[in-house]
Amino acid sequence: MAAATLTDVILAGAPVPHHGPWPRVVVRPEGWADATELLAEGRATLLGLWGDGGWMHMALAGGENDIGVLSLECVGGRYPSVGQRHRPALRLERAARDLFGLEPEGNPDARPWLDHGVWGVRHPLGSPAKTTDAAPPYPFLTAEGEGLHQIAVGPVHAGIIEPGHFRFTANGETIVRLEERLGYVHKGIEGLMAGADLDRAARLAGRVSGDSTVAYGLAFARAVEAAWHADVPPRAVWLRALMAELERLANHLGDIGEICNDAAFALMHAHTGVLRERVLRASDLAFGHRLMRDRIVPGGLAGDIAEGGPAAIRALVDEIARVFPALVELYDDTASLRDRTVTTGTLDPALALEYGAGGYVGRASGRDADARRSPGYPPYDELAFAVPSREAGDVDARVWIRIEEVTESLSLVRQILDRLPAGPVRADPAPPPSIREGMAIVEGFRGDILVWVRTGADGRVERCHLRDPSWFQWPLLEAVVEGNIVADFPLCNKSFNCSYSGHDL
Amino acid sequence: MGPGMLRLLLKGLAPPLTEPVPAPSEVALRELAGAVDRAARGTLGRSLSIRHVDAGSCNGCELEIHALNNAIYNIERFGIRFVASPRHADVLLVTGPVTKNMREALQRTYDATPHPKWVVALGDCARDGGCFAGSPAVIGGVSKVVPVDLHIAGCPPPPIEILRGLLALLQPGTR
Ligand code: SF4
Repeated sequence: MAAATLTDVILAGAPVPHHGPWPRVVVRPEGWADATELLAEGRATLLGLWGDGGWMHMALAGGENDIGVLSLECVGGRYPSVGQRHRPALRLERAARDLFGLEPEGNPDARPWLDHGVWGVRHPLGSPAKTTDAAPPYPFLTAEGEGLHQIAVGPVHAGIIEPGHFRFTANGETIVRLEERLGYVHKGIEGLMAGADLDRAARLAGRVSGDSTVAYGLAFARAVEAAWHADVPPRAVWLRALMAELERLANHLGDIGEICNDAAFALMHAHTGVLRERVLRASDLAFGHRLMRDRIVPGGLAGDIAEGGPAAIRALVDEIARVFPALVELYDDTASLRDRTVTTGTLDPALALEYGAGGYVGRASGRDADARRSPGYPPYDELAFAVPSREAGDVDARVWIRIEEVTESLSLVRQILDRLPAGPVRADPAPPPSIREGMAIVEGFRGDILVWVRTGADGRVERCHLRDPSWFQWPLLEAVVEGNIVADFPLCNKSFNCSYSGHDL
Repeated sequence: MGPGMLRLLLKGLAPPLTEPVPAPSEVALRELAGAVDRAARGTLGRSLSIRHVDAGSCNGCELEIHALNNAIYNIERFGIRFVASPRHADVLLVTGPVTKNMREALQRTYDATPHPKWVVALGDCARDGGCFAGSPAVIGGVSKVVPVDLHIAGCPPPPIEILRGLLALLQPGTR
């Protein structure tokens, strides 16, 4: 019998104490199967799926703030594959198999994902076993058919981009299939997290994906604070949001230009590049680092905003607000540019929903979700902002979402500066005397980032999982380029701008 | 959009925007002066063709390399440009702790770059693995895989420091 809701599955499980803010329950295989059916039927969204010793954890959202973590003991190192019924889980299961040696029974894809066969060790986070074998060849999917040819690109690309491999099957100029191979920048971050003290763990979290260093710092800090029931001084809460919006602005501005550049329109790129630089300089002045790295720590901030910071940021948003409308008009009015972006790389809203695609990728395909609003976190509950969404799902729609979000972030920055509370910015949390667990979901510029953490009695991290929004976006890029011409791939790719490092970890 | 607006946008990018020419980095000049196999590595001309290789970066270093191309740093005015193939490069600009999964690709890119060639390791990770050192998935600094001529420190190094490091490579005294 299928359970009615996620709440039913959670109520049927055995609650795990010391987990916050949402419940974690140990389920039996039946509960795991019920949850898998909820996902398959589209009645819940997969937020994460990760290994932990001999356990698998699955985070799901059943609706507004109806969030929970289900844990299944993998007897004999095996568990029923979620991916066999719900595709978004496939790669997560392959990754957990590589790292922990946990076998997803029924997952149709037996190939490794992050493990390229050169680590010298198998299952580094499970029961590590030394290996000496040379890297085995990776069997790409085969394509047979009249007139089909394959194009292999990467891992090193012709440009200043992260490494990954793309295998195109094309019929003449038209892409019939794209298969991604990732994992090249796997650094073993979750392995380094285990046993790290909070300072080091926060630094590692801030280096999962450099473009989202603020969002990751925030997500990690919030997960620890949820685990420890730690309070954060109001001023720190508001300054964190200020940094998060500056990071969003910098990325959106830079990427809008990069997308236009890939559509052979350099003028936009030139302008947004300057605006992005201005954001980084103001951030540097206000917070002492251009990307605002290592500023957010569990309990608050490493330091207060500099004295001239608020004025510099006000001048910045005034300048962007002055220049940006002309750039939007330029985008809107340049037919040669819109010719390239409209109806290119269209993501079907049903796919965006199935994958729970976050950020502009989801919102440009009708998925009206934003972690700042739901599940929500302070101070956004006290701020006015719109979450733009569109239906077209093409490169153009993703550009427009970015454009509209720039405007929203400018408004948010002003609201925050107007109401910035006084007071301290750090309250060092005292480590609890026993094991604690916490989870946080934070909206980075690219979408929702999930961090789950368990700390031990010594206050150190025992296990930390960090799930980048790209996990649920990379597979969709494969889908959207089908039927597009090979020459439009860079444009489609840039309009997604998935993180390699965030995904590979 | 009217032609007036377009003119305005074009004018907005005119020279006063551009950062003044910075001095080459002293630290970089010293490191270059101390390099032993200089003769073997050959000399550079008045321009640099750079091939970037991300060998495991968090992508933070890439953001600041990108910034060099904006109208403020405008790196092409120094004869420094980024090229799409190692075959056209005389400098490899490598970021990240070298991951085991990227070792072979880095080595191949190095091998595909014609002599004379220079390797610049950009960022704290590229020096010694940074905060990823010790991971079983990571080899460490770039010099563990290919010989490095110049390190540029930072996490990530700001564009002005990257520029000063690259300008040191172009100094006649260092070649
Ligand atoms: S040096 Fe810093 S910015 Fe550069 S790759 Fe390493 S962690 Fe990222």
